[in-house]
Amino acid sequence: MTRWLLLALTLLSITPPPADGQTRGGTLKISYAEPTHLNNAIVSGTPTGFPATQLFASLIQFDDKFQPRPYLAERWDIAPDGRTYTFFLVKNATFHDGKPVTSADVKFSIETVKANHPFGVAMHRALEAVETPDAHTVVFRLNHPYPAFMSTLAPLLMPVLPRHVFGDGDIRKHSANTKPVGSGPFKFVEWQRGRYLILERNDKFFMSGKPYLDRIVFEFIQDPAARFAAFETGSIHLMPYNYVGVANLKRVESMPQMAVTTRGYEAIGPLIWVEINLRKKELSDVRVRQAIAHSIDKNLILNDIYLGYGKVADGPLVAASPFYSPKLRRYEYNLAQASKLLDDAGYRRGSDGMRFKLTMDIIPGTSEAVSIAEYIREQGKKIGVDYQIRTSPDFPTWAGRMASWEYDLSLDVVFNYPDPVIGVERTYISSNIKKLVWSNTMGYSNPKVDELFARAEREVNFERRKAAYHQLQDILTAELPLIWLFELGFATVWNKEFDGIPTNIWGTMSPFLDVHWKKAK
Amino acid sequence: MLLVLGAITLNFLLIHLAPGDPALMLAGEAGGASEETLKAIRADFGLDEPLVQQLLVYVGKLGRGDFGFSYFYNASVLSLIGERVPQTMLLASASLVFAWTVGLTFGVLVARRPTSLGGNVLSVVSLFGYAMPVFWSAIMLLLLFAVKLPWFPTHGMTTVGLSGGLGARALDVAHHLVLPMLSLGFIFIAIYSRLTRAGMVEVLASDYIRTARSKGLGEWRVVVVHALRNALLPVITVAGIQLGQVVAGAILVETVFSWPGMGRLAFDSILRRDYPLLMGILFFSSLAVIVFNFLTDICYGWLDPRIRYR
Repeated sequence: MTRWLLLALTLLSITPPPADGQTRGGTLKISYAEPTHLNNAIVSGTPTGFPATQLFASLIQFDDKFQPRPYLAERWDIAPDGRTYTFFLVKNATFHDGKPVTSADVKFSIETVKANHPFGVAMHRALEAVETPDAHTVVFRLNHPYPAFMSTLAPLLMPVLPRHVFGDGDIRKHSANTKPVGSGPFKFVEWQRGRYLILERNDKFFMSGKPYLDRIVFEFIQDPAARFAAFETGSIHLMPYNYVGVANLKRVESMPQMAVTTRGYEAIGPLIWVEINLRKKELSDVRVRQAIAHSIDKNLILNDIYLGYGKVADGPLVAASPFYSPKLRRYEYNLAQASKLLDDAGYRRGSDGMRFKLTMDIIPGTSEAVSIAEYIREQGKKIGVDYQIRTSPDFPTWAGRMASWEYDLSLDVVFNYPDPVIGVERTYISSNIKKLVWSNTMGYSNPKVDELFARAEREVNFERRKAAYHQLQDILTAELPLIWLFELGFATVWNKEFDGIPTNIWGTMSPFLDVHWKKAK
Repeated sequence: MLLVLGAITLNFLLIHLAPGDPALMLAGEAGGASEETLKAIRADFGLDEPLVQQLLVYVGKLGRGDFGFSYFYNASVLSLIGERVPQTMLLASASLVFAWTVGLTFGVLVARRPTSLGGNVLSVVSLFGYAMPVFWSAIMLLLLFAVKLPWFPTHGMTTVGLSGGLGARALDVAHHLVLPMLSLGFIFIAIYSRLTRAGMVEVLASDYIRTARSKGLGEWRVVVVHALRNALLPVITVAGIQLGQVVAGAILVETVFSWPGMGRLAFDSILRRDYPLLMGILFFSSLAVIVFNFLTDICYGWLDPRIRYR
């Protein structure tokens, strides 16, 4: 039996220790959206995930190259058939209430995730049994080889919950969801709804010496101008996920005391695209979809609207993904070509110069999305497509339209997540054509695509798995069920009084083990 | 009572008319959800029942003093509202006291010399305050007095993690209160000063003022004690009616300054389709309007014995 013993890796820390020999102390003040609760085993949103990944430890964490690193598990073992994963837990880990972290908690946690997390079934449908031969060993048995399994154990996706706390009653309404007990580097102190959430250093954290900060405070500031003012005056130190506002990023870059990075979003992989309802007659014709793609100058959107933060996208996978194919079919900006394709499809211009009308929805929340839609509308006039922009006052309105398939085109932001099994295939496989937002709401169905996704999911050999995803990218970019625009360049901004912000693939959705305050004595 | 019941029904129907439901909102917060999860959420909240039944269940619970649980916060509506009411009362009363003080002073000063340069300047200044949209004046105050001149904090009601005695904490709150109070107060200064001015100009020309003056009373006593009391009636009327406007202004001011009050809670609950919370807020707002009207009537009687109730 070939063993992937990674014992040596336990001796390495995730990031090299900062050179200036940091000391403990300091309060890091963060501003981000307020969550509904703090249990990321049952929701996937980042507002919950951010504090939750500080509160709960997970089996493993990841480096900046998609490789697993020890966390609660000090080492692990994957059987060559890819169906048995054995994890050996550290022996000194305790929950914030003093009880030890055991294999029973891990078993409880993954079962909770599978049954309740929005991607629970998608991530763990291969999970057959969880065995706990002793308190510090846990064995996952899968019913088929499943190489994406490691990715599903990241801090954001698989927190280890204490069974003695969460084990009773309905987990979705559990009172501990709003004042959780975990085993992470920080513990829960106080949450004033609509105001702030305070976390404090876990003195008994199992990784000795860490973390360095005394406290992390989340302050919920809704007004973008006020948020920026608070950041500028130093009363807020960090904002992830463009919460500072795209328009402010250049200004932050010019401030000597502030830092900006777009690293740390590789595992999130946010893609902005034009989603297409393939049930609509005009849009069911691939030539029409290609014509729309040819009519959009993605570089212009990226540079003029998103000020260059991001990367043009031409396919379903983000460029940072290990499975990304650089040889994609691309639709260059070419209005003549677009018009010709529409002529070929049989749609002639009418007396007003227009061929047909389409509505375009906008996912609410950012002014940038409105700008994109307006740009596309103007481009439509040039090729004879009359787009009517339809805004939604709030998220439920938009989500309702998508979930009921009552749209023609819509701008959308969807995350790739670290493995295509989690974040990519949901959009394209025919078994996921559902009346749900962020499912295959386009109604796209291609048996070959279904089969390739299924094969790639089970392929243990990395090169063969990659080949399957490359083939999928070829098919999808040729059939163009939707039009990928660009990868959103999420940025984290912070005050340089602090250092050690995680830049691994999960970025701020991972424990702040090395974050420290430079002024600490 | 019938009025309150009617208000509840109307609120309920209006709220449920908005497209999209809380299950979809929660699904969005969660980053997606399965059909089973959506169904479970809808069943949990009784959203799968017919609308009429939902209304009856709601009114029935209300009768027992049960305002339900917020979908978003998983906390009791009563406790959420209870947490916010004092903060909004503090902001609103501070703003109104500020607006009354400044507005009445302006009004009196202008009324005594309506055509003087000073009078005109004060009129223009108060009109300017009235014409400024609240969100704009709030942001301008924020940029000027919290960022450019860092005299006041940018957000919140307290400094998180501040330790110290009651005095230090009260000072901290007062420090946080200044900018929100100014921006909410600005809107009302113009109204109060113009009403006071109009009333005062009229009253100052009346016979009994001449009598008071001829008695040899001091100017200050004539203006404040004799004239102002009568000129105040329209100001009180408007102040009573304006409660709705205070709440509307508070939503904006509370959002800009992250002031943890009812206005923001109401706004958030609309965006989040948090029906029970929104219904609870509307219920208490209706009650507040009724109470305010009652208080206005009492003030009338106190100021003007002619309309005292028997």
